[in-house]
Amino acid sequence: MAFLREQTLSYPIHQLLSPEGQLSGETPISLQQAELWQRAYRHLWLTRLFDQRAVALQRTGQLGTYASCLGQEAISTAIGFSLQPDDVFVPYYRDQAAQMLRGMSMSSILQFWGGDEWGSHHSSARDLPACIPIATQVTHAAGVATALKLRHQKQAVLTTCGDGASSRGDFYEALNLAGVWHLPLVAVINNNQWAISVPLNQQTATATLAQKALAAGVMSVRVDGNDFFALMAVLDEALERARHGKGTTLIEAITYRLCDHTTADDMSRYADQTSREQAQQTEPLIRFRRLLEQKSAWNDTQQQAMEIELLAQISGEVDHYLSLPPANPADMFDYLYAQLPEDLAQQKAVFLQKLGT
Amino acid sequence: MQLNLVEAVDLALARALAEDERVIILGEDVGRNGGVFRATVGLRERFGARRVLDTPLAETLIAGIAVGMSSQGLRPVAEIQFFGFIYAALEHLISHAARFRNRTRGRLSCPLTLRVPFGGGIHAPEHHSESTEAILCHIAGLKVVALSSPRTAYGLLLAAIRDPDPVIVLEPERIYRSFKEDVLDDGQEIALGQCLIWRKGTDITLISWGALVQDCLTAADELAQQGISAEVIDVASLKPLDITTMIRSVSLTGRCVIVQEAVRSGGLGSEIAARLADKTFYALRAPIKIVSPPDVIVPYFRLEQAYLPQISDIVAACQHVIGSGQ
Repeated sequence: MAFLREQTLSYPIHQLLSPEGQLSGETPISLQQAELWQRAYRHLWLTRLFDQRAVALQRTGQLGTYASCLGQEAISTAIGFSLQPDDVFVPYYRDQAAQMLRGMSMSSILQFWGGDEWGSHHSSARDLPACIPIATQVTHAAGVATALKLRHQKQAVLTTCGDGASSRGDFYEALNLAGVWHLPLVAVINNNQWAISVPLNQQTATATLAQKALAAGVMSVRVDGNDFFALMAVLDEALERARHGKGTTLIEAITYRLCDHTTADDMSRYADQTSREQAQQTEPLIRFRRLLEQKSAWNDTQQQAMEIELLAQISGEVDHYLSLPPANPADMFDYLYAQLPEDLAQQKAVFLQKLGT
Repeated sequence: MQLNLVEAVDLALARALAEDERVIILGEDVGRNGGVFRATVGLRERFGARRVLDTPLAETLIAGIAVGMSSQGLRPVAEIQFFGFIYAALEHLISHAARFRNRTRGRLSCPLTLRVPFGGGIHAPEHHSESTEAILCHIAGLKVVALSSPRTAYGLLLAAIRDPDPVIVLEPERIYRSFKEDVLDDGQEIALGQCLIWRKGTDITLISWGALVQDCLTAADELAQQGISAEVIDVASLKPLDITTMIRSVSLTGRCVIVQEAVRSGGLGSEIAARLADKTFYALRAPIKIVSPPDVIVPYFRLEQAYLPQISDIVAACQHVIGSGQ
């Protein structure tokens, strides 16, 4: 009898850019133009500064509960850079960087976290809105991929989730289907080590999350989630496979949540200071800057000039967000169904009369 | 042609597949097997394996991919094999299908149909006889329809599939094959959001949905022999409710009995009774009565008939209302 347990599995973490800023191996094809490095670095910083501003808005009562993406900017930025416009993106709620690259404005993202459904209205046409119930978006993504496959469209669907999501049935059910139906799907786990307060070793007994793909019969790979270059290499390959009928890939991107789960959380209650400080040494922006310093003599003056530009851009978006008109109570009724049912029309009339609108 | 209810469902599905290439049938055993109740017989052979999909055995998945497919403009028509197994799919129905249009302010929507056999009376195993449809009727953004005969099943199912919003279609298991009606395959839908008046009457309004509509009609026959004229209203569209038609009827008859297969507390009958009491109070000649099983778990089949409302219960309730009022 052979009772098996992972004995032959080897899942190296794919890395091209070390925390010290050393680039090794083959540069991904999509990053061979230096101009793209600048764009990517700029977007990483835009995301970080925007994120800081969003937290500040929440702390001053101008935004609702907000999920920061501090320390995880590289995964979402690489996703945004690697998706084609006609691919479909099915995000979770820590994907600000990719959402911006998919055409969502910062003011829309703020509007969403500011408690207004209109925040999910302006987006790339077929992309799904940020998904709050954990892992359910993975199942939706499998459905979107089914639609693309049935229509013979040579496009891919990319969905994201956290490490906690890999414990849910939706995650397994969707991957299982993707294996059986050979769906054009890429699922990226943002493994930031925490599901609110529960650490990864309390989430699963497996050594990796990538190996969960084996049970579904789909490809999987582990990648350094703080390494923009390795992320691009892995995403490019997985998306190309999906677009060309070669099936599904699960990507485990390993990073660290350098922030509270949301602004309603306090990470100091459960995470020890040492591991957080260690994680700060390997975060994605520092290593990218070190690379640019070596390769293009990037300096403090350029950095400061860039940050000033980005902050101005963000301020413009924040001003726009803060000047948006108040929410319209009629919207609660008008977007429930394509046509308002008679019974509801009566309720709407009474309701609006009560509000005096 | 003379068809029973499950054949009428099959006919409507074939019609929908033929008229709209966006329509995709999916679910457990719907393809090669033609469905455990044979509601999808012949569809895979006629329309191909890309239009009729056998899914893995996972209800959460079925509802979840229907959400994803419909968000991209397809018209998935998914089957959950029995209502007792829909609970795993509820998160997708409640948190996503019902909300996509609202939470994107009209950018995306979920024009999906979910067909579910419901109710008891077929000597089925445990968990196969549920009538907990009130759970769905509580959810804003969903539409819920209950079928009650072959002819109306054809028209209502077509309307559900063509509807731009998510519609749950409840198919009463025990009358799938109990009688036939003349069903014309003319593509004519029966509009959602409207009650169906099966029988006109002047003394009392009998309100029901699903399999019990047929029992109410039998009860009305018996009452007629006693000189009582009962109007029989099939709610048909459980959400949104056509309360206007019910108010109009009860205002004229002054008496109302609501018959439901679901347990008493929190059922749809309670909502209808409350709305009628609010709008027809001064026309009522007796209190509104609800005939339902008690608040117990639907029993395994040895006690099934004791649980289910019987025709004699309906007749007795009507006699009581007629006799007790002014």
